[in-house]
Amino acid sequence: MSTTSERPAARTGAIGAGPRRVEGPAKVAGTAAYAYEYRAADAAYLAPVQATIARGRVAAVDTAAAEAAEGVLAVLWHGNAPRLRTDAELPGLQQPGELHVLQSAEVHYRGQPVAAVVAETFEAAQHAAALVTLTYEQLPHDAEFSAGRTDLATPKEDHRQGDVKAAEGEVVVDQTYTTPMQHNNPMEPHSTMARWDGEAITLHESTQGAHMVRETVAELLGLEQGRVRVVAPYVGGGFGSKGPLHAPTVLAVLGARAVPHRSVKLAATRRQMFSLVGYRSPTVQRVRLRADAQGRLSGIDVTATVQSARLGDFIEEAAGPAKSMYAAPNRRMGHRAARLDVPVPTWMRAPGECPGMFGPEVAMDELAVACGLDPIEARVRNEPERDPATGKPFSTRNLIACLREGADRFGWADRPAEPGARREGEWLVGTGVAASFYPVVPPVGGSRALVRHAGDGRYVVSLAAADIGTGAWTALTQVAADVLGVPLEHVEVRLGDSALPLASLAGGSTGMMSWGSTVHAAATAFRRLHGDDPAPGAEAAADLPEVAHRDDYAMHAYGAQFAEVRVNTDTGEIRVPRLLGVFAAGRIVNARTARSQFVGGMTMGLSMALHEESVLDARFGHVVNADFAEYHIAANADVADIQAHWIDEHDPLVNPLGAKGIGEIGIVGTAAAVANAAYHATGVRVRRVPLRLDDFLDAVGA
Amino acid sequence: MHADITLTVDGRRHQLRVDTRTTLLDALREDLGVTAPKKGCDHGQCGSCTVLLNGRRVVTCLVLAVAGDGAEVVTAAGLAEGGDLHPMQEAFMDHDAFQCGYCTPGQICSAVGMLDEAAAGWPSAATPPRASAEGAVAELDDTEIRERMSGNLCRCGAYAGIVSAIGDAARRTHAAAASGIPRPAREGGRR
Ligand code: FES
Ligand code: FES
Repeated sequence: MSTTSERPAARTGAIGAGPRRVEGPAKVAGTAAYAYEYRAADAAYLAPVQATIARGRVAAVDTAAAEAAEGVLAVLWHGNAPRLRTDAELPGLQQPGELHVLQSAEVHYRGQPVAAVVAETFEAAQHAAALVTLTYEQLPHDAEFSAGRTDLATPKEDHRQGDVKAAEGEVVVDQTYTTPMQHNNPMEPHSTMARWDGEAITLHESTQGAHMVRETVAELLGLEQGRVRVVAPYVGGGFGSKGPLHAPTVLAVLGARAVPHRSVKLAATRRQMFSLVGYRSPTVQRVRLRADAQGRLSGIDVTATVQSARLGDFIEEAAGPAKSMYAAPNRRMGHRAARLDVPVPTWMRAPGECPGMFGPEVAMDELAVACGLDPIEARVRNEPERDPATGKPFSTRNLIACLREGADRFGWADRPAEPGARREGEWLVGTGVAASFYPVVPPVGGSRALVRHAGDGRYVVSLAAADIGTGAWTALTQVAADVLGVPLEHVEVRLGDSALPLASLAGGSTGMMSWGSTVHAAATAFRRLHGDDPAPGAEAAADLPEVAHRDDYAMHAYGAQFAEVRVNTDTGEIRVPRLLGVFAAGRIVNARTARSQFVGGMTMGLSMALHEESVLDARFGHVVNADFAEYHIAANADVADIQAHWIDEHDPLVNPLGAKGIGEIGIVGTAAAVANAAYHATGVRVRRVPLRLDDFLDAVGA
Repeated sequence: MHADITLTVDGRRHQLRVDTRTTLLDALREDLGVTAPKKGCDHGQCGSCTVLLNGRRVVTCLVLAVAGDGAEVVTAAGLAEGGDLHPMQEAFMDHDAFQCGYCTPGQICSAVGMLDEAAAGWPSAATPPRASAEGAVAELDDTEIRERMSGNLCRCGAYAGIVSAIGDAARRTHAAAASGIPRPAREGGRR
């Protein structure tokens, strides 16, 4: 099933084709330079010293041994570190408390940087960092996350419609679902190379937004933005943690100020990535559904308890997606937050939606079981006509189309209704489904693109967007080539440098919507101004076009994910031989890279279902499994048959390109589909991720 | 403490003085400016730093530079001889077997080394016991590839593309001939 309709004329058909990545040759040959990899004859290395208490004050710092060590250039601590403007107004996404590094003696979380060594070599810096001795005045800390706490804060008034307490119906699902603390762990660690020449500072930075870094660093240092340059063409993943700035970048900036005319390099170690660059909050989701015997919902009630930090507030809005997924006259969604002496949480792929579609989508499976309904039918029966959260019409909503097409492709129809009914040798086999949801988010910041004719029919398109692996580089080349009516090879896109025109942050799956629409507008303006035979050097620029209907419609992308799970009857081992997703996310600009975005999201969702869990020891306030040996992420052998498909959805209301954003929706719903399939395989309902083999041992009789 | 060593990297011979604490990975990246091998964990847990060391795939963050004295190192950059991409690299492009690209040079070196191991009859955990005993890997199917490539993590989740790229490259060209790298001895090896 698919929905097709007229498209804006594509001149070359470049939009919608699937060319290989334009930056591919540099990446496969390893010649693409990431932030830490710029050659500098004047390189120096920074090693952080991290607090070993979770709350208190640094009483004394003994730097003598470190300063005396070979190769040491500077030892920084709050008593001597360059001053930052701690009263500066930073861009809204930043956590100022986290960024005021080495500005006071206060310790707010275990692992907070309390000193730093800059040295001639990496080894010398590491060694000297171990020689810095700190004494603390320790205060009692509180890092105990629990939904049962009596001091939970209510960050925002609950969303209420009707009276959820008065909802009627004989079927009730009332359960608690939990997701753990998780860490983004992009494969490239957060890295900075910073050089201060006395007038201006240049940063090579692993970031999702060069302009955002420029503005923030300028504010912190009290410099004009023109004296801060941020270069970031290649970024080794981010998944949100490279959106806002974190402490390591500021440390490198302080190091550069302390040791001018040297390129100060800092890459967080994998262990430091578990304390210094944010994480996804754990969630406890109390979900209460009430429905009639036919599975029609009368009430939806979701309370998500999340972890925040005393140092700065970040609320993982896990109760958000339930606001608009399914129809029900009576509804309440709210958040409660435990503010603890821990690092501040941050964005991680689909913040809010990813954990927030676990509880409700498992609950919908439970509702289907309670009503004796097929889980797809349970969702179809609760399809809203208008967005339940706002009452607005949907620009497009193709959830049911995704469920139906997915069911066809997956072979859902053969599924036995009863759980535990299929056994193949030593394996119990089941299938499950869950819905995916991701809103069309307004871009973080404006965008502007410049198109220049370089001569001979060749064009250069520039804007400071960040391709963190999304495929933006290639897709923007396609958009420009399509509008200009030239072959792809005639367009060179330049990205990732604050010296280029402003671009919004790579976040909220907004890249194609904002940069794509902006490039579309700039290329259109170019042809309008200069015609088909422009002079060499002819230029045109355009800003991100306004979206005319943003306030009139509810705009979301949807999907359906199907999983086959096998649970071993001897060991409880859980395997996922098949994952299949169908998405409705507007126009797909590059089929090849879009598939990788969806499949990559689903793979991370599988990783969430089976592996990922950061274990915080509340006694000390630190994550104990802070490396890849103990914080497992999906490896190659975990992934078998994994497929992503999409519906050809045309939505001219979202933006001129009709693109809704595809970077995050793939991770939303995967874990619920796996948990639902595990239930179908075994009859054991697990309401927490990661699923563990011991969850199933009793049932499989091992 | 420092030591003088010789390394041949991607066909170029280098004499250098290294801190004895320096890993081969840091010697390549920081001293020689060879940044195709990436640092993802520095603990032997991710595979990003994989190169072919004397013909075998090795994680260079776990090798001290001094211990690599005299070694021959081939990185992903060296596989692309004279600007022509290696068939494995072409296959990674065709199958979009990467997104951010940070794990990619390690994946590619690992894949080339892995095909040589399989061709030499080295079994994996996925090899049926009988085939293992006979020193023959009948067929390098997807399960074998997945198992043998599980030391190379990819946070972007490009595994599906990686497996099809490797299968494709293995079919397109005989692995050993394509790699141009001396096949490792079944027993021992040089390290
Ligand atoms: S950096 Fe060597 S294995 Fe991760
Ligand atoms: S391509 Fe990004 S980690 Fe593998």
